[in-house]
Amino acid sequence: MIRLRVTFQHAGEGIAIALRALRANPVRATLTTLGIVIGVLTVILMITIIQGLNESFKGQISFLGSGLLFVDKMPWVITDDYFLYRNRPDISVQEYEEVKKHSHLAKTVALSISTGKPLKFRQRSLEQVEISGVSANYTEVITTFPKYGRFISAIDEMRNRKVVVIGSSVADELFEKRNPIGYRISIAGEKYRVIGVLEEQGQFFGHSMDNVAIIPYGALLKDFGKHHWVSIMAEAMDPARIDDLEFELTGIMRRARGLKAGQDNNFAVNKQSMLLNFYNQVTSGVYTVGIVIGGISLLVGGIGIMNIMMVSVTERTREIGIRKAIGAKRINIIWQFLVESAAICMLGGAIGIALAFGISKIIDKFLPTSMPLWVALFGVGFSALVGVFFGLWPAVKAAKLHPIESLRYE
Amino acid sequence: MEAIIEVKELVKTYQVGEVKVEALRGIDMTIDRNEYVAIMGPSGSGKSTLMNIIGCLDTPSTGSYRLHGVNVEEMNDNQLADTRNREIGFVFQTFNLLPRADSFHNVELPLVYAGKTKRERRERAEDALSKVGLGDRMRHKPNELSGGQRQRVAIARALVNNPSIILADEPTGNLDSQTGEEIMEIFRILHTAGNTIILVTHEEYIADHANRIIRLKDGKISGEEWRNVASHNNPLGGAE
Repeated sequence: MIRLRVTFQHAGEGIAIALRALRANPVRATLTTLGIVIGVLTVILMITIIQGLNESFKGQISFLGSGLLFVDKMPWVITDDYFLYRNRPDISVQEYEEVKKHSHLAKTVALSISTGKPLKFRQRSLEQVEISGVSANYTEVITTFPKYGRFISAIDEMRNRKVVVIGSSVADELFEKRNPIGYRISIAGEKYRVIGVLEEQGQFFGHSMDNVAIIPYGALLKDFGKHHWVSIMAEAMDPARIDDLEFELTGIMRRARGLKAGQDNNFAVNKQSMLLNFYNQVTSGVYTVGIVIGGISLLVGGIGIMNIMMVSVTERTREIGIRKAIGAKRINIIWQFLVESAAICMLGGAIGIALAFGISKIIDKFLPTSMPLWVALFGVGFSALVGVFFGLWPAVKAAKLHPIESLRYE
Repeated sequence: MEAIIEVKELVKTYQVGEVKVEALRGIDMTIDRNEYVAIMGPSGSGKSTLMNIIGCLDTPSTGSYRLHGVNVEEMNDNQLADTRNREIGFVFQTFNLLPRADSFHNVELPLVYAGKTKRERRERAEDALSKVGLGDRMRHKPNELSGGQRQRVAIARALVNNPSIILADEPTGNLDSQTGEEIMEIFRILHTAGNTIILVTHEEYIADHANRIIRLKDGKISGEEWRNVASHNNPLGGAE
């Protein structure tokens, strides 16, 4: 117990000695920490940005429920040759009907057909708006609600009525402060009556989700042709059984398309987790690069620390001799220099974190960032570790000095 | 008299390149508690080497050195450090104070390595500084003090852990003669108070302060003389 207390006392004394030494040479200490500053800055900034993206990505992706599957022509994430997928047949409305009829595991099966068209209201126009032709149960699978008016009804769907629910930015652009409900707008020359305005959705990776117009799918096929991106959306009764649903959908689609055993699927079943996986893949790549850059800076910084500690040991040879003459043990000398090098590195780490914090506030204006407390603590702690690691050799070298020779050193 | 230092057939050889240098060639001596001994000799006589060994800064090549009945030549690094801390108080010719630390911290440092509590360190360091007449200079750094004051700080540092021996190596060598006398007066008082003092010098008038003079030549004791033996019977003698 007494040993432990004494050790702590030595640690405390070591910190006091180290701080005194740092104060004696503040410019040198600051310059020495530059490598550590850059290393910590890189790593912390990287973590801060990715943490921020994570939070906003997970928030944005949540509108695609985790129990939701999409039957599409192609996978969302294509890592091999795009041309392998390009010539697949489009998903058809008949296939949607098949899935709706035969799926037992899906609670809801909805349809969405997407294309891009210009919009016009009187003198005002929009060049390119995402037009979605949907089934009336669309809102059961995608969480989106009209702010004013109503969504497309089963009757609208059945009769292919020319009605439209517009996104909030479309409403702002075409109608300014006017209430759009009841007005007719032109979608590529076809007149549609506005029945609702959607709540603001915000952005999904830079892509505005408010620049949309939603119409019954039958109306879209009739007015704008058949070759568009078609998605069948199926929501699992039990989200835990999403894999079973995927298997069932694949079977229904293969039967509908008359695929024989041995033939590959010529459609894709997509889900939210694919985006998540892809996202995680990209960010882990960015993480790796950041950690490598940060690691190299810390290594260089650490070597700088080792160098300066070597200089410090040589400069203070006589001091070490005096300390040994009056009873300092090796461990006391090691403590003294380790604490000093850890303190220099922690200073660098703290500067790095402060800079990262400042820069992240600037980046925050373009990209979401988030600096959790653990990142700051980790930064300081890791810097201290670097200091201890690179300070060890100089400290041991100091501790091994012979007292007589050190006392004679000029 | 209780023997503090017992040295028998002490030999120290250094290897300097190809050549073997015999710094000490068989020293036998005993120093009792409360003795005031001066070790004299021309340069190269081995007096510094002897002082380093007595001060546990170095170990003998052969022979034995018993300090308080404990064999020093068998000690490891940590034990030597511990012995220096508890048993020896060094006073150097060049003072050897830590330049960036104030008087108080310089004096306190041996107690830090002894693992004393902050409170005890404070009391004892202040006490030691008052004893050498520097109670009002505790927060001064060495470069703010005169040579004599610096040496007094060094003496306070040597005293602070109540060592068995105060080992002074040319303590007046860097001081003018009047300041030197003041320092020697402090040693006299310490001796009267019961401390054991070993002084290394090559000045006769400094050595005159001691009760015994041991003369070294070529690594051997060439002569020994006692003076003022009366003070051996000093009533204060024997106390630590």
